[in-house]
Amino acid sequence: MPMAMSDDIILATEGLTKDFKGFTAVDDVTLRVRRGSIHALIGPNGAGKTTCFNLLTKFLEPTRGTITYNGRNITATKPTDVARLGMVRSFQISAVFPHMSVMENVRIALQKKRGESFDFWRSERTLDTLDDEVRNLVGAVGLGDFVAAKAVELPYGRKRALEIATTLALDPEMLLLDEPMAGMGHEDVERIAALIRRIAANRTILMVEHNLSVVASLSDTITVLARGRVLAQGDYATVSKDPRVIEAYIGAGHG
Amino acid sequence: MANVSTTVAAGVAPASGGDRTRTLHRAIFIGLALMLAVAPFLVYPVFLMKVLCFALFACAFNLLLGFGGLMSFGHAAYFGMASYVSAHAAKVWGLTPELAILAGTAVAMVLGAVFGALAVRRKGIYFAMVTLALAQMVYFLSVQAPFTGGEDGIQAVPRGRLLGLISFADDRVLYYFVMAVFMGGLLLIYRVIHSPFGQVCKAIRENEPRAISLGYRPLHYKLAMFVLSAGLAGLAGATKAIVFQLASLTDVHWSMSGEPVLMTLIGGIGTVFGPIAGALVVVSMQNYLAHLGAWVTVVQGGIFILAVLIFREGIVGFIAGRLKQQL
Repeated sequence: MPMAMSDDIILATEGLTKDFKGFTAVDDVTLRVRRGSIHALIGPNGAGKTTCFNLLTKFLEPTRGTITYNGRNITATKPTDVARLGMVRSFQISAVFPHMSVMENVRIALQKKRGESFDFWRSERTLDTLDDEVRNLVGAVGLGDFVAAKAVELPYGRKRALEIATTLALDPEMLLLDEPMAGMGHEDVERIAALIRRIAANRTILMVEHNLSVVASLSDTITVLARGRVLAQGDYATVSKDPRVIEAYIGAGHG
Repeated sequence: MANVSTTVAAGVAPASGGDRTRTLHRAIFIGLALMLAVAPFLVYPVFLMKVLCFALFACAFNLLLGFGGLMSFGHAAYFGMASYVSAHAAKVWGLTPELAILAGTAVAMVLGAVFGALAVRRKGIYFAMVTLALAQMVYFLSVQAPFTGGEDGIQAVPRGRLLGLISFADDRVLYYFVMAVFMGGLLLIYRVIHSPFGQVCKAIRENEPRAISLGYRPLHYKLAMFVLSAGLAGLAGATKAIVFQLASLTDVHWSMSGEPVLMTLIGGIGTVFGPIAGALVVVSMQNYLAHLGAWVTVVQGGIFILAVLIFREGIVGFIAGRLKQQL
């Protein structure tokens, strides 16, 4: 592979495989995510998308294969350290701190900029300096009116927005979004799609998504998984015409 | 226009709400200090000192359970070991009481660091079992080791003179020292909860995978919380040894680990002031129902069951719920 090419790839996997006691959830997946692109991972239910995601962020250990992030082998890196390298993930079930306010949720992520927070002798008012930044982030995802609300009290779409604001607070180079639109109403989908487009301006996004119209309008590259294997790869026009993709979806009962 | 005003209201609410809570807490701290200051003129000071030592012990336990999310069933190890070390330091080494107490606290923290490092890798009931098993090892060691005095314990520990100057022979003088230790410990706990560190611990308790994905290492924070809690439990135990001039196997026995559990449950888990109320109730029962003999345990057990079944949020938790305030 020429140098320029490999420099352009932020995240790559080589023969990534995960066996669960005889069942192969992810089978020999080779992935190339270009820097600055929006890359979508799609496929019928049980195709191994979320497993793949968990492998990439090291929440699961791969059985075989390697993962390279920014030219660095992260196959044996711990999840916390993956986050510190600038690759931050979201979760399928909304990942907020339920009994903390919107403000506090985002502040926890911003607090990371101070380094570790073992200073138990300082007042939490030392964190007040982060308030302006928190307000900006919260405003950017349309939660400006809800800063005082507890996360648990927010409607579903707003929780997802809060989660994105929290993730953005880390200013990650690469964002992994696990079904950002799952369970969302039409209005929320539009808002989050616009948000994703906006935040993708200076970072790379890899997302798992079921909503094909969102995938079609947002992504630069699509990888289709079926039964743990890569079925097809390319832009929406190419992938959607691929007979194997059509068969996999219709064969699995998806229109 | 209406929209703008709700925006402002929502935006301002957390700051003023936080300020109101802060003011309320400050008032409670001052009220508590005033009450404690006059209490020895109304109530027997030794009884009060017992309440304060156990209240600090329960608060230390509650720091770990209510704010660290870790249920320890081995806090007697830190309480009891600190009690032994403090008694030994005062009696055998002839240290002044404040140095003896510091020595006990330091040993409890070291013990907490070692035990904590082993225990925080486990969660829930497994964490509780590991802490219990380790505490039982400390008990066994205390039965066997010569320095603890075995069944006799360390008796006739001198109360000594504070900084070598002020005699603690008078119960009331010692009482004000114990009160200062207690208030200091309580203020430290309050600060820990409301610190940047406390915020991260809260986040870990609420959603650990998410905290990891933000780049925090939960084990380090849990261990730090564990060491703080063990140290404060040690401070309580070490002070108790000076007050009663005694360190014994009772202090390291597993039933001693149960005391702060009961007190915290009665007072309210995860409240700042609950364990104090719980300690007052439990120690009062033990003292004033002493004539019932073995029945005290039965009464305690009954209260424990009632608390679990119908009074889950505890005394202070119940009041906090009514006032819609954190206490």
